[in-house]
Amino acid sequence: MTIAAQKLSIGYRDRLVGTGLDIALREGESLALLGPNGGGKTTLLKTLLGLLPPREGQVTLNGRPLSAISIRERARLIGYVPQVHTGTFAFTVETVVLMGRTAYGSLFSRPAAKDISVASEMLERLGILHLAQRAYTEISGGERQLVLLARALAQEPRFVVLDEPTASLDFGNQGKVLSEIGALTEAGLGVLFTTHDPNHALRAAHRVCLLRAGAIVAEGETKRVLTRNNLEALYGAPVLPVEDAVRTAFLPG
Amino acid sequence: MGTSKDSRTGLLVALVVLAAGLAVAFLVGRFPVSLGDVFAVLWSKVSGSPSGVSIAVETVILNVRGPRVLAAFFVGAALSVAGAAFQGLFRNPLVSPDILGASSGAALGAVLGIYFSLGVFAIQGFAFLGGLAAVAAVYGIGSALRMRDPILVLVLAGVVIGALLGSGVGLIKYLADPYNQLPAITFWLLGSLAATSTSDLVSLVSLIATGTFVLLLLRHRMNVMSLPEEEARALGVSTGPMRIAIVAAATLVTSASVAAAGIIGWAGLVVPHIARSLTGPDFAKLLPVAALLGGSFLLFIDTIARTAASIEIPLGILTAFIGTPFFIWLLAGMQKNWS
Repeated sequence: MTIAAQKLSIGYRDRLVGTGLDIALREGESLALLGPNGGGKTTLLKTLLGLLPPREGQVTLNGRPLSAISIRERARLIGYVPQVHTGTFAFTVETVVLMGRTAYGSLFSRPAAKDISVASEMLERLGILHLAQRAYTEISGGERQLVLLARALAQEPRFVVLDEPTASLDFGNQGKVLSEIGALTEAGLGVLFTTHDPNHALRAAHRVCLLRAGAIVAEGETKRVLTRNNLEALYGAPVLPVEDAVRTAFLPG
Repeated sequence: MGTSKDSRTGLLVALVVLAAGLAVAFLVGRFPVSLGDVFAVLWSKVSGSPSGVSIAVETVILNVRGPRVLAAFFVGAALSVAGAAFQGLFRNPLVSPDILGASSGAALGAVLGIYFSLGVFAIQGFAFLGGLAAVAAVYGIGSALRMRDPILVLVLAGVVIGALLGSGVGLIKYLADPYNQLPAITFWLLGSLAATSTSDLVSLVSLIATGTFVLLLLRHRMNVMSLPEEEARALGVSTGPMRIAIVAAATLVTSASVAAAGIIGWAGLVVPHIARSLTGPDFAKLLPVAALLGGSFLLFIDTIARTAASIEIPLGILTAFIGTPFFIWLLAGMQKNWS
């Protein structure tokens, strides 16, 4: 399966954010979206999720227009992990993850035994089963990020889209989320995530897409595209590469 | 996994409180009635055999306190179920059933009915139309002014429309006959169940039961609807139609209760908080407990209203006196949960 878009224009009713975007995400592959603030990363993410209609062009899932797929079926194909929030109500972690099963039940149905076992399985997979009965509002930011990931996995999707999954996490939890992204692609899912840190893309993305001012400035295999020149052009700021024999990392400034 | 134990505790507490509320509402009053009398009369109603209780006691139980007890329970249940639904939908534990102008719209409708000297059913009908029209107007404004945060626009439109409808009520009070209509309007607006008759109960109970049933059916979807809009959609919920269904059901029960009992503030705000502290926010557990506790709450309030002083104290005034300090206390105590 592939999520794809050609010559896509994205934006809101009163504001065009980006035009001429070509992008594709295949199963078993991770794609990182990088670019300065206001470049259109979040808008593109929402458009690819079907949450925002394209201004022009079409997002397709295996050639089928996303707009022709029902919201329920879409939820079974694409899981969404929003930026970590604190939440308004103190739902238990289990209830939050069970919400990921919404698209599998009917309008009035309560979670079935199967839904509860899938929810437990996903919590177990991410190593947070012990949090199941804790209030979502009272666990740490890193734990909340994992809960939201578990909820997306409970959708049993083919693709997972994460909006800045590492943004508000401490260093240890960043590593944990990045290695989960690796595990997901190995399990055959397609993963799309945005990040502000090129090193996170180097760590977890097969391919990267650099987005600036609503246009894709470079796209392709991570090691080939994430170069000093490309990053300096992308952010309009100096970048310092740190290299050893095997790997490269980048420092700002 | 599962928290069935917790949810049973909440339900048990609610049932005990309800039993106490029912007992107090039936027994307390100027005319002495014993618990045995109540059971005897109710049993004779069911079995058809004579109750052995005096006619006067039977009349007090069946025709005087009975309808009031039923009305108080349903009005209280309606207000707190609607409050819980609106709080979830607007992701804000501080909103109440009148947030979309439902209460003030229903009030204006009913006041118009009184002004035109219409019958009881017409007044109820006007209240519904007023409540639904107010919500439709708020919704219309919300969709016309599409902004980033549709919830905020809706709430603000509700405040504005509510103020306008309040002025409408003021205008009709100003125009009303100061000897007949004005007192009727004023007393009704302050909230009272004194005039509840058996015939009012049919429409009140059926409308509130319908709306509450719809909300109960949608309880699991309501959990998802309390998430940010985009997350709910990404989880597979068509948020537009779902929001309309929840708002319509909550407005229906709100206007039914306003038509029957006037404006009774605070119940729809405070009771869902108490219920949530017993059950947690999961609507599947919260809604039944909120309904039972809301009904019990108004049973207690209405008993105080008719017995505490030599004249009836308006319900709206009592709930404000009890609700305001309680709410401030809640705010202080629950800061960490809501911040």
